[in-house]
This record gives sequence, C-alpha cells and structure tokens, in this order.
Amino acid sequence: MSNNGNGRTNGSPRIGVYICHCGINIAAKVDVERVTRFAETLPGVVVSKEYKFMCSDPGQELIQKDIREHDLNRIVVASCSPLMHEETFRKATANAGLNPFYFQMANIREHVSWVTKDKDLGTEKAKALVAGAVRRVSLHQALEKKRVDVHPDVLIVGGGIAGIHAALTIANSGRKVLLVEREPTIGGHMAMFDKTFPTLDCAACILTPKMSQVKDHPNITLWSYSEVTKVDGFAGNFTIQVTRKPRYVNEDECVGCMLCIDSCVYKQARVDDEFNQGLSKRKPIYIPFPQATPPVVVIDPETCMQLSKGKCKQLCAEACEKHAIDFNQKEEVIEVQAGAIILATGFKTFNPMRIPEYGYGRYLNVYTSLEVERLVNASGPTGGEVVLRDGSKPKSIAIIHCVGSRDHKTNKYCSRVCCMYSLKLAHLMKERSNAEVYNFYIDMRTPGKGYEEFYDKLLEEGTHFIRGRVAEVTDWALTDAEEGKMIVRVEDTLVGMPRRIPVDMVILSVGLEAQPDADDVRRLFGVSCSKQGWFTERHPKLAPVSTATDGVFLAGACQGPKDIPDTVAQAGAAAAEALAMIDKGFVELEPNTAFIDEEVCSGCKSCIPMCPYTAIKRDDEKKVAVINEALCKGCGTCVATCPSGAAQQNLFLDEQIYEEIEGVLNYV
Amino acid sequence: MTYLYYPGCSLKGTGKAYDESLLAVMKKLGVEQQEIDDWNCCGATAYMAVDQDRAYALASRNLALAEAQGRPNGKPVEVLTPCNACYLVLLKAQKRLEEDALGKRKLAGALESAGLNYEGKVSVRHPLDIFVNELGLDALKEKTVNPLNGLKVACYYGCQIVRPYSTFDDQYDPVAMDQVLEAMGAETLKWPLKTRCCGGSMTGTIPEVGMRLSFIILKEAKKRGADVIATACPLCQFNLECYQNEMREEFGEAVDIPVVYFSQLMGKAMGLSDRELGMQRLFVPFAVPAASK
Repeated sequence: MSNNGNGRTNGSPRIGVYICHCGINIAAKVDVERVTRFAETLPGVVVSKEYKFMCSDPGQELIQKDIREHDLNRIVVASCSPLMHEETFRKATANAGLNPFYFQMANIREHVSWVTKDKDLGTEKAKALVAGAVRRVSLHQALEKKRVDVHPDVLIVGGGIAGIHAALTIANSGRKVLLVEREPTIGGHMAMFDKTFPTLDCAACILTPKMSQVKDHPNITLWSYSEVTKVDGFAGNFTIQVTRKPRYVNEDECVGCMLCIDSCVYKQARVDDEFNQGLSKRKPIYIPFPQATPPVVVIDPETCMQLSKGKCKQLCAEACEKHAIDFNQKEEVIEVQAGAIILATGFKTFNPMRIPEYGYGRYLNVYTSLEVERLVNASGPTGGEVVLRDGSKPKSIAIIHCVGSRDHKTNKYCSRVCCMYSLKLAHLMKERSNAEVYNFYIDMRTPGKGYEEFYDKLLEEGTHFIRGRVAEVTDWALTDAEEGKMIVRVEDTLVGMPRRIPVDMVILSVGLEAQPDADDVRRLFGVSCSKQGWFTERHPKLAPVSTATDGVFLAGACQGPKDIPDTVAQAGAAAAEALAMIDKGFVELEPNTAFIDEEVCSGCKSCIPMCPYTAIKRDDEKKVAVINEALCKGCGTCVATCPSGAAQQNLFLDEQIYEEIEGVLNYV
Repeated sequence: MTYLYYPGCSLKGTGKAYDESLLAVMKKLGVEQQEIDDWNCCGATAYMAVDQDRAYALASRNLALAEAQGRPNGKPVEVLTPCNACYLVLLKAQKRLEEDALGKRKLAGALESAGLNYEGKVSVRHPLDIFVNELGLDALKEKTVNPLNGLKVACYYGCQIVRPYSTFDDQYDPVAMDQVLEAMGAETLKWPLKTRCCGGSMTGTIPEVGMRLSFIILKEAKKRGADVIATACPLCQFNLECYQNEMREEFGEAVDIPVVYFSQLMGKAMGLSDRELGMQRLFVPFAVPAASK
C-alpha cells in the first residue's frame, strides 16, 4: 500500500487543522479560538485555522490554498457530523491533489456543542476530539473508491397513489419497475375515498386510470398480494426476495368476470368486507372493488369451505371457464435484482377504540372518517346514500376533529390531513343528507393551495363550527329534545361555556399512524424511523426523499402524514432521485472494506460464518481466508472475530483506532 | 392472606354501613382481615389542596404503619382500602414515593420524626379488586343463597377508583362491580355515567352545583329502569342518597331511588341479616323486592 496519494509527501505528516464555527452552532458552546491555538501545538500540525463556515466555498478554498502553499499532506476538519459533510471535505481535499482519504473529521457539533451546556467543558471535549483526529490522520493511507455498475431496474414497495405515481414516472422514462403490493389490489387508501379536497374531484376518476396504466405499462411488472421478505446487497445492486402469497386463482388466466363469486356455495355474503371497512359483507371468493387492479379475484383461505374445511362442492371452479381457480396454489418465493428501491408503504388510520369516551364500538352510529368515505361513495355499500347502521337517515351530524392527533394520550403530532378531509366530509354529508353538520375543532389547519378558500366556502354553506376538544359522546339525555340522540359534550371555547349538542350521527376524524409493522419493514430495508414509526428521511429539508441507506428512497405517508398533492410530489421526487442514480450507471463504494493479512492468517475459518454478507471464503491451497471486496460492506465483524488479528479493515486499522483513542485519552 | 384493613374515617362515621356490610361479607367469604393499629385520616383531597407535603406525610404514615404491622408475617403486605378517596390518596402517595426523589426524602424525614420508616412494600387493594381477581366470581356464586334475580342495579363506581390510576379496571367503563353483582344474580345497567362525578364535597360548599351533578346520575339511573344504585364510595353514597328531597324541590322532579353499598347487596344475596349489613342506616329504605327472589 502506498503511503500517500500524490507521491509528494512521502515524508513525515504535515497536517492542516480547520475548526468550524458553524455560525454560532459550535461557537456558542466551544471556544473555537482556543481549540485552534491548541491544535497548533500538536505534533505534525503545520497550520491550524478557524472559519465561520468551513463547508462554504471560501472555507474549502482556504483548505486547498493551504495544501498548496504549506505542502500539507493530511487534513483534519472539526465541524459537524461526517454524515453531513465528510464527502464535501474529502472532495475539497482531492481537488487540491491529495488522496481524499488523507482526511479525518472530528464531530464537535452533534457530539459537543449541541449536547453540552458548559462552554469550558465543551471546549475541552472539542480539544480532545481534535487531538484524537490529528493522531489518527497521521496514520491514514491512500485508498481508492471502487466503481460498481448499477442495476437499471427499480423496486417500488407499496401500490398506493405514491407507489403508483413513482412507478409510472420511472416506467415512462424507459426504465423497468417492479411494483410490489401486499393487498390483492393496488390503489391504497385513495381508492376508498369518494372525493378529494379542495377541488372535490372524484378520487376514482383520477386514480383508476393511473391504476390501469400501471397494469398495462410494458415497463411495469405488478405483483399484488406479495411482500418483500429479504433484502441483500447495496445501492445499485440489491437482491430482493419477494414472497407471493397464494390467491388460489391463476392470475394469468382470470379475466375478472366474477362468475365464480356468483356461484360460490355461500349464497349470502357473510365476511366483513375490508375494502368497505366492514360496512358490507363479501364472500370467501371476492374482488376488493370493481376497478381492482389487477382485476383478479382472490380466495380468503380462512373462510373458504374448501381451504378451511377441505370439503366443498367447488362450484366456483366449475363456473370458471378459464379454469383459473387452483386450490393447490402455494406460496412462491422469487428473487429479483434492482438498483434502487422506493418505499411507499403508506399509513393506517387511528383506531378510535383507544379513546373510549367517543363511544366508537359502543354506539352504533359513531363512524370513523374512513367508514364515511365508503358510506358516501357511489360504489360503496349503500350506493352513496347516507343510511346509518340502524337504518335511519341522520338529521344532524357531528364531526369530531383530532381523534388520535394532537393528543398527549395518543399521538402528539398533527395528522395534517384531517381538517381538510373533515371539511370535505362536512360538505358531502350536507349535500347528500341535508343534515345539520357540526364540526368540533381545536383550531383549523388549512394551509395549502385553495384550502383556506375551501374552508370559507364551508362557512358560507352553513356548516357549524364549534371550537373545543370534545369531552365525550354519550347517550344520557337531559332534555326531551336529547332523548334517543347521541350527545356531544364539549367546552365551546369561543362562547366560554360547556355545551351539549344532540346528534344522530358522529364522525370521528381519525388521525394517521405508521403501519403497525413499520419497524419490521425499516429493519428489512435498513432505514431508520421516528418513535412513532414514520420512516426517517436523510435530511428534513435538503434530502427529504433519501434515507440513511444509499439507494433506498421514500415516497408518501410512510415518511409522515401527507395529503395527496404532497404525496404525489414526493413520489415524483423519489422517482427522480432513483433515476438520477441509475442513469449515472455506476456507484462508488466506500473503500472501508476488510482485508486479510495472509502472513498472519492461520486459516481457522472463525470469520467465515460470522460474515453477514457471505463475503469470506477459504483458499484451501494457501490455507487462508479471502475476502471478496465487492461483497464486503465494511461492517467489521470479521475484524473483531479474528483471533490472530489477520483480518483488518481499511480506514479502521487497529493502529489508526488505537492512535485516535490515545490522542483523546492523552489529552484528557 | 390476611389483609390489613384501612377503613378510613368515613367508614367509622357516615359510611358505617359500608364498614359493617363489608366486614360481614368478608367473614362469610372467609377473607381474613386485621385493622391497621392507630391508623389516621388519609387527608383526602381537601388536605392535598392545602398543603401537599403534609397531606402526603399523613397518608404515608398509614403505609408505614401497615408495613410495620404486616412485615413480620414474611408475606407481602396488602392493605384493603374500601373508601374510594382513601384508595386514591394512598396510591397517590405511593406514586410520589416512587417517582419524586425530593418528595421521597421529605416524607422519609417526616416519618422518621415519628419513629417510622416506609420501604415501599405495601400494595393498596380495593375490595372489588379482591373479590374479582383474588377470590373469583365462582367463589361468590358458591356463597349465594338468595340470588338477586330480577333486581336491576345501576353500578356507580365514582371517579376515584379508576382515575387517574386504573389499577384493576377500565378507566372509562369499569365492570368489576357489575361482574360481582351479576355473579350473585342481579341484572346490571349498561349506562354511561358509571364514573361521572357525583359532586363530591361540592354538595356541601356550592350545593346548587353539587346537587345538580348527583341529580343527573339519579335521574338517568331511574330513567333506565334501575331498582337501586350500588356504590363503592361513602361520599358518593351520601351525596346520592341524602339530598333526594332537596333535589325534588330544586329541580321539580322526583328522583327517589335507594342507594346502597355494593357490599350490602352482596350480603343480601349471601343471606345475611339486615342488621349485619347496616340496612337500618339507610335514609331511603331498601328491601330486595319479593319478586326478585
């Protein structure tokens, strides 16, 4: 291994140290001047400077100028997290002709100034970290990044409007997409909605054409009723295992004529219809809704006589002219390759049983907002007519906002979409039932194009707005007028008194929550998530669709509550990011891979089973372990496992780490 | 298991019938109890509002006494606390000892000056909790000789046994009392006011507000066809029972309905005499209707 990258600085280290103020982010809790003067005294340091913003152009030029003028061969920058700007400074180092790995970063922002109250203590800690970085960088070696070709296909997980939009964008650019959806159909929540705010255009009219485009697009492969069960590899070269659940219907043969459903031995539909939120029943063989994509029926093995009891006349199979029904269908596990992955796994709605005061599950005519979407939908269980569970038509309706949002007992965050969809439902309910509609809100949140105007329109339509968080929905009447009604008890904070509003129907505007298995999914794809389960973007402002894992992008509500316009915008952005990566054609891999010192290796094989990426094999002739650099991800497990110290890792050589530790400890 | 019995002041005064009936029922069920020696007032909510430190010290003294008295058996110390206010205050004191280091030091100092020490080994139990979760409903069925068949009971829990600490039952729709009385043959009411405020001490201080709160509960129970209201709290029982005449005058509507302790109904089902159950102490007389036997 050569000692450096430019052949110029073979001799002893000539180190430049640069301490960043980061405005006052660092300077408020670290005496930058003192750290800079301290660094000057460290062995090998030739220059030590401070600057307001090291990452800015002038900051980078400062480093480059010094490299040339002072013949520097090692650079240390003490600033923010390497996650933020390591790449920036490596590039700056390289632009001045040095190998970029002659660079080391000391994190004195996230690790010091942001977590320290006392400025003296902060300064001392910053000095220790700088001392460690200076001693470490002295032992750095020149390394080369490896280029690896990128697989041109994209995997999209989740077939709601986010996944659909991203898939079409990528497919239209000529790239191939595999869209994996775990439900029998794509469409997600949007397919359940009646109309969309604020324009009131019909959700189905704008969504179903896109669904059929997905089905027909030559560049899109759609696997519904399927789940990703394993992910291997790295940006540009993922190997993904997809498990296709048996739907007991041959997808290639079924034409969606639904004759099988009519002929099922169950004459009456008895199973709660998931798509209609349980407001209607379906049979064991069913299609979620008429425009389901793919238009293929599915058999629910738990309620199907043949599949659950092993005994049935199988009238459905008889009725199918295409012989598409196959009770012996088995789960299928398929491995696919992709260069980039977009996660668009969406959300679930809050379960209002967690707030018993609101009576959901106790009073028949308390509904969730999603149930009402189906209730007012022309293709819903009542054909769009507002008829309640008890068969009556409501004359008065309460819409309770923030159910499971902005609530310290359930979710503290605002779900962002509920104010607007509550307004939409208020409009639709008034239009369809002519009932008096009362909105109970904490405050109205209507930022968005045309949103505030929509709120105004509702005010003019005569919908009642009562400001106050509802205490309870109950059925004890105080007056004759309240008899037989549900009573919404609330403190009206505008009037300044408690009120009781008797109504026939209550709609709970339930908030958005992360999918219950968000934690499993994030582990699978190596992304992180917030405490609430929302997937975390790489940077909240500047990298909103990237994740900490290169090549994995986010779209839609899996990243946080979002309405349809924002979801579609984000899906477009995720598609663009994925395309940018793929069209570049290659990715550069960090050279922090492990290697084996063949002189030392005894061939004991301890490291081989430990490697999570099966990157290690044994050369039986030489009797030593061999690491495949292309597969190695630099996790360091083999290095820690090796009993003889033969396994080492670039950028994390034992002596480099010891030197850094000693630098920190000696100072302390 | 011998429970350490902490009656609190109400059960020795206005709530005497609760004390009598509960002890009689427990005896019949074979539940052993021993009163805490030299127990004092729990402080209730009133003292808490005046001086928190002293109120907590007052409550903790009972915990410390119970621990000292119960530990020598080598078994966990369980304090049986029938009064809802006492139950809440003791739990609150325990919570403070667990969560507030400064509060704990203050309390330790106060106890020490009285020659006491509390290690936190006491668990505070409500009789409903014991009947449902320790004894079990089957044991109650077994001891039932005069099932309360046909008797429609509105179980009224009051606010304090489930809020803010729902230690053994649902916070909004508790069921323990319903389960106990159903096991003994009664029919219980499904109603939304099980834990709604009875007015508390407001009935004494601002009667027009307090009485209205009690009135709402009585009216709703009556409207839903209850024969009797069963309570688990001496203050609730007092508020609901003793102002029925005033309410009729104030609100122009009769809400006369007997209000008893759940333990009195249990005793009736177990064949105990009215005397043993303190039935003669009721202002609104109650007898299990002949039809319901």
